[in-house]
Amino acid sequence: MGVYVLRRLLYAVPILIGVNLLTFVLFFVVNAPDDMARMQLGEKRVTPEAVQLWKQAHGYDKPLLFNATTTGIAQFTDTIFFDKSVRLFAFQFGASDDGRNIGADIAQRMWPSLAIALPVLIVGLAVNISVALGLALLRATYVDIGSVVVLVALLSISGLFYIIGGQFVLSKLLHLAPISGYDTGLNALKFLVLPVLIGVISGIGAGTRWYRTLFLEEISKDYVRTARAKGLSETRVLVRHVLGNALIPILTGVVVVLPLLFMGSLLTESFFGIPGLGSYTIDAISNQDFAIVRSMVFLGAVLYILGLILTDFSYALVDPRIRLQ
Amino acid sequence: MTAPLLDIAGLTVNLGSASAPLPVVAGIDLTVHAGETLALVGESGCGKSLTALALMRLLPPAARITAGTVRLGETDLLHLTEAEMRRVRGSQMAMIFQEPQTALNPVLTVGAQIAEAGSLSATRVIELLQAVGIPDSVLRVHDYPHQLSGGMKQRVMIALALAGNPQLLIADEPTTALDVTIQAQVLRLLKRLQHETGMALLLITHDLGVVAETANRLAVMYAGQIVETAPVADFFAAPAHPYSRRLLESLPSAAQREQRLATIAGRVPPLKTLFIGCRFADRCQMAREICHTTPPPWQMRNAEHGARCHFVDDHRQLVVESCQLAVGSWQSEIAPAPLLRVADLQVHFPIQRGLLRRTVGQIKAVDGVTLDLHAGQTLALVGESGCGKTTIGRAILQLLAPTGGTICYGEHNLSALTQRQLRPLRKEIQIIFQDPYAAMNPRLLVGDVIGEGLLALGLAPRRADRERRVAELLTLVGLDAAAANRYPHEFSGGQRQRICIARALAVEPRILICDEPTSALDVSVQAQILNLLKDLQQRLGLAYLFITHNVSVVAYLADAVAVMYLGRIVEQGAVTDLLTDSRHPYTRALLSAVPVIDSTQRRSVIQLDGEMPSPRQPPPGCHFHPRCPDAEPDCARAYPEMQQFGAGRLVRCFRADLSCQTDN
Repeated sequence: MGVYVLRRLLYAVPILIGVNLLTFVLFFVVNAPDDMARMQLGEKRVTPEAVQLWKQAHGYDKPLLFNATTTGIAQFTDTIFFDKSVRLFAFQFGASDDGRNIGADIAQRMWPSLAIALPVLIVGLAVNISVALGLALLRATYVDIGSVVVLVALLSISGLFYIIGGQFVLSKLLHLAPISGYDTGLNALKFLVLPVLIGVISGIGAGTRWYRTLFLEEISKDYVRTARAKGLSETRVLVRHVLGNALIPILTGVVVVLPLLFMGSLLTESFFGIPGLGSYTIDAISNQDFAIVRSMVFLGAVLYILGLILTDFSYALVDPRIRLQ
Repeated sequence: MTAPLLDIAGLTVNLGSASAPLPVVAGIDLTVHAGETLALVGESGCGKSLTALALMRLLPPAARITAGTVRLGETDLLHLTEAEMRRVRGSQMAMIFQEPQTALNPVLTVGAQIAEAGSLSATRVIELLQAVGIPDSVLRVHDYPHQLSGGMKQRVMIALALAGNPQLLIADEPTTALDVTIQAQVLRLLKRLQHETGMALLLITHDLGVVAETANRLAVMYAGQIVETAPVADFFAAPAHPYSRRLLESLPSAAQREQRLATIAGRVPPLKTLFIGCRFADRCQMAREICHTTPPPWQMRNAEHGARCHFVDDHRQLVVESCQLAVGSWQSEIAPAPLLRVADLQVHFPIQRGLLRRTVGQIKAVDGVTLDLHAGQTLALVGESGCGKTTIGRAILQLLAPTGGTICYGEHNLSALTQRQLRPLRKEIQIIFQDPYAAMNPRLLVGDVIGEGLLALGLAPRRADRERRVAELLTLVGLDAAAANRYPHEFSGGQRQRICIARALAVEPRILICDEPTSALDVSVQAQILNLLKDLQQRLGLAYLFITHNVSVVAYLADAVAVMYLGRIVEQGAVTDLLTDSRHPYTRALLSAVPVIDSTQRRSVIQLDGEMPSPRQPPPGCHFHPRCPDAEPDCARAYPEMQQFGAGRLVRCFRADLSCQTDN
């Protein structure tokens, strides 16, 4: 097991280097620092001096890969590639275009993101699994057939509709929760209710349909017939045998997104004015602040790789047939 | 006579919607008495498994019981509520299934699964595991199903079924997925448990040998009906229904070597058939006018032996028309030089561990095998699953790179050739696989499946040539040339295997490797395929390497036999010598484990303890000695060398010259 962990972590290194190189090419070769400066300064009245000044202020005035003006190791370290890309490996994100420390911003803004994403995941999982199990118990009845209509309708509706509709009905008409905003400490709770509720509801359609399919697939297997032949009740067959096996794909599907919960949700956070990483990214994109976008892309890749490694471990934990070596 | 334990009357099961029902079980009557074994026999699709599931009321959602009564003791099972029925399941009647691999829950320990069957204490679970002969049962309780072998899993299934002390055990093909020596162990276990507990056994099987050795009475099922019931001895002495007779005659055996096997014309009628007369009439060679117009009544030949046939007492009909003798002589002339010479073949798979995946050991799947295959000859490679016989076939085809040894075709050593040099020789050796369902690409037309090899090897680059050749091949294997424009799923299992044979023959090979070609097929279909293979060999002079675990097929078809155990050949020789006078204790145990119909020929089963060990860690010395009834201390020291006995007879056993006297 230990050896397996080590090998998987080593495999992650070349993937991260690849991600890093690719983002470097995208952000600095396709979109050169001169273009960035022009965009930041506005299209009109951009003088070459102003561009030069902006580049100097933000550290983009160095050569891309190789600095011939210095000597020794500085020929490689005093470059854009080293400053902006290699430093990402040490999670040194540098400063954003408006001069803020990106690392500090991320550390501060990931908690509001997590405060929404984690409850959405846990409550959503509980709701989806229970509803799906209930539908599996009532399979091929009118309840089940009707549920197909309802669930397909639920999953066909755009997430935007849930957000705007929820804000309108629950906050504007019924005044049950604030429309948007955020606060520190426990005062944040009243701001979380609406986004969490809407997050859960918008996931029911797809989640329940998928879990119901997983349950029905397991129900048709031979060991379920064996369990029934023992004289077990249908509920016990479902909970102990079917759920136990269907949880394997469900759990591993959840584990892979666990690290990404830190990244927050772009839509929800922007609409509810939550100061998390999702709205951070959206704001950076609309402000053309490539330093932040680059950091978030890299962070996303790291967390995704972490999620995949965790998935493999969780398989070994929940499925006795799988041993890691 | 006392009242039967299980009394089934007019049981009817329909598939499909109420508006267009398909009767799969069409009004069957059966009784099983306490302590008795009743075998329900029939080919796939006859409705025997659905009958069993109907008794347990565990039918799949698409099937419904529409008529009939099922009484277990005093209880009318079909009128119980679902909750009451649950109390019957597991406690009064229990069931074991064909595929122990999938019938156990993979994420629960076997102990938990047994305990659940009757809310048992831990000690009772261990007792049950001991009762079904699982060694170290205290430890095995905590094992998951995947940690046990197939035979052990089936024992766990039996323990699970016994948990509630049932009066009736329904066993649906309980040994079909197991090797013969393990089958013998499981059947003996079932007999012993039945003797101890006095339960009745409803044994569902397609294997008439198993029926002959274990059952008291049998019922033959065809197209959803019971066509014959009889005590086992009466049945095998004189089967009353023409279908039963044909089924018996289609079994291959040594006695039929010079003949073609009897086959049943046509195929099992599809479910939607509307029957007017006898359901078997269209395939029956004795059918007369009345058979096609009037459903036959149930007629008793004597108090216990009855059949659904108009001519059950017509003894003239009993004269089986003599099987046509094959043209020419089956005695194949053995050419002096073998076509294929495998010498000291080794196929080892590395076991890799650690961060750098260093090789820490070898799985010796094939370890020093020497074989000669002559033109026009059939060499059978026999052994239990995991002994390495399929690996040999794949190594000969160069689908696997051998670790050592040579595979010589003519003067070419196949394993020393490059891919480019090998290409022209690919056409010489072809293979047919066990499962004709999985062996063809379902998206290709049959014509393309057959023609693909011709195209790939550049033998018929022109489309018109290929089409002509495909038509020839389809005719050769007994199919209509129009089959080329249809898809594989439109054909039955036997027809698909014919297509696979045509595919293999397309490039005109001289050697055909047949890897269990009939083990996925019903006996009557198996007979057709064996006849076809025999015909083709005679017509085309093919050499067959016939990989199988079925000893009666070997007796019928093979000229020479090689018996494998754990990667090595333990005995080889001409088929008649080897089957009648086997020298190696493993060969004798293997042969004795095969269920035999004729009680006069039945030998006592040489019970092998345990199972074949893992090739990761073969036992020291002779690999077979831990299970060998004749082993002595010397056997653990070194692997015995090949010894020659007479012409072409090779045995690897220290005691080969002694042991021949102890038999017979």
